[in-house]
Amino acid sequence: MQLRNKQDFWSGVMFVALGVGFALRATKYSMGTAARMGPGYFPFWLGVCLALLGAVVALGALKEKAHETEVERFDFKILLIVIGSVVLTGVLMNYLGVYISVFLLVFLSSLASHEFSWKVAAATGIFLVLFVWLAFIRGLGLIFPLWPSFL
Amino acid sequence: MELLDHLILGFSVALTLENLAYCLLGCLLGTLIGVLPGIGPVPTIAMLLPITYVLPPVAGLIMLAGIYYGAAYGGSTTAILVALPGETSAVVTVLDGHQMAKNGRAGAALAIAALGSFFAGCVSTIMIAGFAPPLAEVAFKFGPAEYFSLMVLGLIGAVVLASGSLPKAICMILLGLLLGMIGTDVNSGVARYDFGIPELQDGIDFAVVAMGVFGFSEIMTNLELRDQRVAVDSKVGTLYPNKQEFKEAWPAVVRGTGIGCALGILPGGGAVLSSFASYTLEKKMSKNPERFGKGHPAGLAGPESANNAGSQASFIPLLTLGIPGNAVTALMIGAMTIHNIQPGPQVMTSHPELFWGLIVSMWIGNLMLVILNLPLIGLWVKLLTVPYRILFPAILVFCTIGVYSLNYNVFDIWVTAAFGLVGYIWAKLKCEGAPLLLGLVLGPMMEENFRRALLLARGDYTTFVTRPLSLTLLVMAAILVTLVALPSIKAKREEAFVDEG
Repeated sequence: MQLRNKQDFWSGVMFVALGVGFALRATKYSMGTAARMGPGYFPFWLGVCLALLGAVVALGALKEKAHETEVERFDFKILLIVIGSVVLTGVLMNYLGVYISVFLLVFLSSLASHEFSWKVAAATGIFLVLFVWLAFIRGLGLIFPLWPSFL
Repeated sequence: MELLDHLILGFSVALTLENLAYCLLGCLLGTLIGVLPGIGPVPTIAMLLPITYVLPPVAGLIMLAGIYYGAAYGGSTTAILVALPGETSAVVTVLDGHQMAKNGRAGAALAIAALGSFFAGCVSTIMIAGFAPPLAEVAFKFGPAEYFSLMVLGLIGAVVLASGSLPKAICMILLGLLLGMIGTDVNSGVARYDFGIPELQDGIDFAVVAMGVFGFSEIMTNLELRDQRVAVDSKVGTLYPNKQEFKEAWPAVVRGTGIGCALGILPGGGAVLSSFASYTLEKKMSKNPERFGKGHPAGLAGPESANNAGSQASFIPLLTLGIPGNAVTALMIGAMTIHNIQPGPQVMTSHPELFWGLIVSMWIGNLMLVILNLPLIGLWVKLLTVPYRILFPAILVFCTIGVYSLNYNVFDIWVTAAFGLVGYIWAKLKCEGAPLLLGLVLGPMMEENFRRALLLARGDYTTFVTRPLSLTLLVMAAILVTLVALPSIKAKREEAFVDEG
């Protein structure tokens, strides 16, 4: 036995884990009977199906004739910068207002590019803040916290 | 003439100044974003979706449909000019379209693509108008058991025809269905999988998932590639195809349209399958197949018409049965539900103005694209040169602002970020996002019909196989799965998807 198709194997493991998780959680809701289903019935069986099929995927990856695949390397720097700056925007939106948050989002996320230049990032930031103001605030009339709440 | 009355109703809706304006805006925005390299139609639509929520239902859906063709059109422009297909159906466009551009016939290639698509759009619009009502009649006979089986067939069909690994794709569907369970259960009022978080009781918005899984993770994968500098030859040349090109292109357009209309109705068929099928057919039929891949006009005209006809025809199951065949139509279903319109056969009778207005506006949208975009081509070419380091922060901003405006709650931003993270992991594991989205959108409907079917049958599971219509649908689904699992077909299919990659 040899781990040949790494992509499929880890996908399968993930599906099993998620399926079991959803199914276990579903048991906390009332199951009911087939004729009168409770809220737990459908998700429970979906979870079971997912776990079973996930196991099939994972085991299939161990077969001798399985395609050989590798899981590509994760680029944690890009991941952290992109996801981090979005999460941060969520945190800051209500305190600093939309203008400053958007600028920070643009500036910080620009760091993820291999050709970062702070001038370009700042210019893009200012341009996008103007765009947000024009399109979303003036144009569509969306209601945002505009400026820092402590001012 | 009933059909004529319907179309007149449609025109009266679609030709109001307001709806024309939204159709135009949708087409423009769709093209604008679709042209940008590295952004496919799904993230484009997901990104612009929140804007349409503030509009009245008809205008919102008309605009969304406009965004869809716009994005598709923009995608083929990018494919022809810089050989960067934004979606799988544009992969075929690259083959001969980009070669034509290299041969100095970029303008002609763009014109052929646009005119071919327009022709396909006209035909498929008429087909929708003609086919939808009888199909909806059939759908009215459906009980919950039939609906459940139909959704099974729809979901299976969508992954069989359009995805890589079948078991993985089915897993993604199941996961999508499970994610659709999050939120308050309509029958019992119990909040499921909310983990005590009040925001989760309303369920997870499909736009949030689409933006995270398609938008964010795409950005990260693109960043890893260290954007290949786009080299655009800014000389587009004359927009008029010469006689020879025209003569070679038009039969391909007609055949492509036929293929697209036929395959587009199948779940998952839509654009991708049609364009591949059309390319293969043109090559087989051609007297000199060796010219394909070197800029043969038929190799561009056929697939381009086919994918447009296919993507329009995929609106037939959407509008009549409420079953999405691909990620884009799944987003449309989601948008309809947001506007309190339950997709299905009743839309035609309960909202005729919406139904026929949307159909007519599809045609108008196609017309607008031809009239507007050929002269604007210079502008789109300029857009192609925008470097990715400016582009991706802009996408992040639109997604974040869009997500926030759904409920004016920062929680949605975090959920999107979370889906961006898992979307990135899925991209590494080659798990596709489209089946997940289909499952998510269909989840609640599927559960509802499953429950009702069994309630009516007093808990007897055989109801799904004793009712002839339901049985037929399930057997079709089973046949599809077995066909794909057969070794000989499996190998062929894998070959086809390798070509695509």
